[in-house]
Amino acid sequence: MKWFWYASPETFFPLAGRLAYGCGIAAALLAVAGLYVGFFVAPTDATQGEVYRIIFIHVPAAWMSMLLYLAMAFWAALGLALNTRLSGMMARAIAPSGALFTFIALWTGALWGKPTWGAYWVWDARLTSELILLFLYLGFMALQASIDDRRRSDRAGAVLAIVGAVNVPIIYFSVQWWNTLHQGASVSFAKAPSMAATMFTGMILMVLAFWMYSFAVTFVRVRCLIREQG
Amino acid sequence: MLDVSLGILRRDLLLALRRRSDVATALLFFLIVASLFPLGVGAEPNQLRAIAPGVIWVAALLSSMLSLSHLFADDHADGTLEQMLLGAAPLGVVVAAKALAHWLVCGLPLVLVSPLIALQYDLPGGLHGVLALSLALGTPVLSLVGAIGAALTLGLRGGGVLLSLLVLPLYVPVLIIGAGSVEMAAAGQGGMGQLLLLGALLAVAAVFAPWASAAALRISAE
Repeated sequence: MKWFWYASPETFFPLAGRLAYGCGIAAALLAVAGLYVGFFVAPTDATQGEVYRIIFIHVPAAWMSMLLYLAMAFWAALGLALNTRLSGMMARAIAPSGALFTFIALWTGALWGKPTWGAYWVWDARLTSELILLFLYLGFMALQASIDDRRRSDRAGAVLAIVGAVNVPIIYFSVQWWNTLHQGASVSFAKAPSMAATMFTGMILMVLAFWMYSFAVTFVRVRCLIREQG
Repeated sequence: MLDVSLGILRRDLLLALRRRSDVATALLFFLIVASLFPLGVGAEPNQLRAIAPGVIWVAALLSSMLSLSHLFADDHADGTLEQMLLGAAPLGVVVAAKALAHWLVCGLPLVLVSPLIALQYDLPGGLHGVLALSLALGTPVLSLVGAIGAALTLGLRGGGVLLSLLVLPLYVPVLIIGAGSVEMAAAGQGGMGQLLLLGALLAVAAVFAPWASAAALRISAE
């Protein structure tokens, strides 16, 4: 397997097109299946009632938001180390999806929080670190957007993404620690009730759908970036 | 290497001494922001005591960030930075020396004046030392991490606002641990653990941040 064969934008362009097509169809099918299971098959939750069903959007979005940051930092670091043009494009293409999922996770979390905790926003460690993650994404995108020279823009963004990736665990633990200092854990996920099998199936389907969506959108964006640089 | 860093340090301090108003601005900003909060939230002493660590730390964060744009911009404008990039001295050492100079000029005054603000907020006397110590350990981290942001945004349009967007999220751990140390001490648990954590952050930042800033400078000056 020649890994570097597809590192050239020229050879990657048609492949990305086919992959985007396949991933897009897979994402649509998985999302339909996942939403069907989530809304019609999965049982009503004993304590939270129907409102828990937002979990099928919220949890996959939160997972993707963190994963995509790591993926972005990975491609950025690769671009910085190997000086491949495609890596920078991948990092640039992933960022908007990551920011979108972070925003969705925050928004659905707020909608979920109102009926269950009685407040749209709680300074819970997870919410707070998710918010800071959103700021990191926006900072990355703003930095790249403000540099016209594409090469410099990719490399500067890479340094920021790596610094951010190193910082994310530090931020997470400091926020968690701060949270325990300020308020005795008002919201605890530790005693999560065991999930019904159908709920779990629905969630996994949605996670896979979000994965496929991210792949598809990233490939489409990479194709646009390749065309732009042409 | 020591010669180089001492030389850069002396030069930057001398430049700061020649332009005293720049130094005074950062300090004045700190004082004004800290004095605005009681006007906004009311002068109830118990409330002021409760918000004091956070307010003072946020003011320190903003003040340190505002002065960051000067860190490399002047050297970039007059071409000194290119000479530093071309010079034989390791760029990381140069950046570390510049960050240290930035701290001595913009961070240390905040540490020294913090007991005064603490008095305004009616913090008990025992906490003044903890507050000053936490600022003394934390503000160098701000200078070091901020140097990365300053290097990345060098010469960009709208650099100042962009810089704050890049740097402030990275400041969050310092803010939490710094303000937390004073709050822990106020709660009678001693702030030692948090001060040690701040020291650890400083050690990590001192090792890695100059290196990252140097990489960012090379990208910006290409």
